[in-house]
Amino acid sequence: MAERLLTVKDLSTHFFTHAGVVKAVNGVSFTLDRGETIGIVGESGSGKTVAALSLMRLIPDPPGKVVEGSLMLGDKDLRTLNDADMRAVRGNDIAMIFQDPMTSLNPVMKVGKQIAEAIMLHQDKGKSEALRMAAALLARVGIPDADKRIDQYPFEFSGGMRQRAMIAMAISCNPDVLIADEPTTALDVTIQAQIIDVMREMQAQYESGVILITHDLGVIAEISDKVMVMYGGRTVEYGPVDEIFYNAHHPYTWGLLASLPRLDASEKTRLTPIKGQPPNLITLPAGCPFTPRCPYRREQCRDNWPEHESVGPEHGVHCWIPVEERLAIRGDLPQFREPAA
Amino acid sequence: MPDWDERKQEGRETYGSAWVTEADSVDARRTEEVVEEAIEQQAKPLGLWADTWRRLRRNHLALVGLGIIIVFISIGTVEAVFYQMHWHVRASAEATASDAPGYLAPYDPNMVNYDLSPSGLGSPPSWSHPFGTDYLGRDVLSRTLVATRVAMLVGIIAVAIALTLGLILGPVSGYYGGVVDSIIMRAADIFFAFPYILFVLLIMSVLGQGFQNVFIAIGVLGWATFARVVRGQILSVKSMEFIEAARAQGAGDLRIIFRHVLPNSMAPVYVSVAMAIGGAIATEAALSYLGIGIQPPNSSWGLMISDAVNYLAGGNWWWLLFPSIALVTTVFGFISFGNGLRDATDPKLKE
Repeated sequence: MAERLLTVKDLSTHFFTHAGVVKAVNGVSFTLDRGETIGIVGESGSGKTVAALSLMRLIPDPPGKVVEGSLMLGDKDLRTLNDADMRAVRGNDIAMIFQDPMTSLNPVMKVGKQIAEAIMLHQDKGKSEALRMAAALLARVGIPDADKRIDQYPFEFSGGMRQRAMIAMAISCNPDVLIADEPTTALDVTIQAQIIDVMREMQAQYESGVILITHDLGVIAEISDKVMVMYGGRTVEYGPVDEIFYNAHHPYTWGLLASLPRLDASEKTRLTPIKGQPPNLITLPAGCPFTPRCPYRREQCRDNWPEHESVGPEHGVHCWIPVEERLAIRGDLPQFREPAA
Repeated sequence: MPDWDERKQEGRETYGSAWVTEADSVDARRTEEVVEEAIEQQAKPLGLWADTWRRLRRNHLALVGLGIIIVFISIGTVEAVFYQMHWHVRASAEATASDAPGYLAPYDPNMVNYDLSPSGLGSPPSWSHPFGTDYLGRDVLSRTLVATRVAMLVGIIAVAIALTLGLILGPVSGYYGGVVDSIIMRAADIFFAFPYILFVLLIMSVLGQGFQNVFIAIGVLGWATFARVVRGQILSVKSMEFIEAARAQGAGDLRIIFRHVLPNSMAPVYVSVAMAIGGAIATEAALSYLGIGIQPPNSSWGLMISDAVNYLAGGNWWWLLFPSIALVTTVFGFISFGNGLRDATDPKLKE
């Protein structure tokens, strides 16, 4: 069995605001092994990013606070580390790639220097050696002329190149865990594919565990081993990627899959949205947050959070609908039918 | 052969239909040069400073200001360099005999020459003394030039002191926020609320008179402006994503403040610096005018104006006019350059 890198158990992160307590993340658990990629999907505000930032202890406090749960990186308890030790973890053990490469590089510092700084923060390297490593890293993520490029500023890089530079910076200290927060959202489609390739290569090379946050199910299908579906700060379903795509058990997952455009649909077919509004995280129901939008909701849904139910190997779901009924409903949904020949 | 992109860049005259029909008339090397040029242009977009300079160049008033600043700083520097030398030279017999001052000023600024002030009112401008002489027969031109050095020193040193304080307190205030921010900003409010000259007078009376104390008093009072400017910038910069990215790399607070936040907050600070130098020079003149700044026999524009005003009734306009022109021109130079710099760095005005 692969080395277990990260164990997150019952993570809850709340924001204490004037308007009330925002329950951004509510009892989320997952594990990550070496070389594994876990995809976290969900709509905006479902708590994906907050969960990731909680791992890095980068939640602005106040107003945010990790109120519950254990975050274990190997045998290090991330919740009890002091600030200096936590800084040593950031960038070195857990690195992060941000959504918008246009704004996540310091505009007034040369790219090579930024990468070199990240290296010098965690490794005992001189400036010239760090710069040489930076050039090598840039070359490795596919930036031509890396020797010259390290002397350029971010505004001289295109969006895709900046994201490559961000990846170079993130892998510079060979982190165990790489968090990629919507790494392709701000890029155009052709560049997205390249960035996904770079990430996959880097993961193969460094054997990091990757946490991929996205709402792009296509990206998830391409590089994830496991998928966690989040809604309203809760994990509604998790499992191996094939299970989620072909054997989904939660109505929200069905809705997500149904909303994808289909190649086999006719031109006039409209996309199928999930009806209703994303939940207000302050006034979440005590039970399943998806209740107001769920077409199959029943009485107990609103006030009681369903226990985890195992529906396959490593595949779990939180839903009150009994399994047989669930399978019957799903059988009628178009996205789970065999496409007509 | 150029691809479509180069064609667009080149415009129709060169690569229109004529290019297709009259292939001979096109120099084969030209296309290569064009491509190279285009690549070069692409590889080197304008940096912040080049871009600022490009826009500043079109602002004539700012250029005039810059010219004035350069002229006066040169004068001040030359005087500063030769001033020390002069006193050594003066001690020697030949220097006294030759009457050569040994620096930019044509005469010894402190040389009392009653011959040139027969009525005790000095003599009006003449060829040998273009700015005239004062009530002690001292050459006004020489005194004005030497005073330039004092003015420039006050401007630069006082602002350097203010800037240092502001660049420490401002970032701390803006980055940490909360109680620290409140304390520092309320202190800044107090500094702003107090009548400025009165506050300088207060500090001068505590420190005592003296050359350095003028710098210190003006410098210490100036921090609040810079702290406010920097704080405001930092409040907007610190929530940017690259700051979070730096934190995710494991960077500590100090590194984030001084390596990432501050360098991105400097553009308005440069503008304030230019403005503040003008202000500091004016303040020094005011202090000297009031008799608590630069002390005689040293020369200062404020001091000269103060002397002149006392004798103005006698019609000695030249005592007043020339140091006043120097003062007004310098302050105008710094302020108009600062204004131009602000316009040139203002992202809202970018075309």
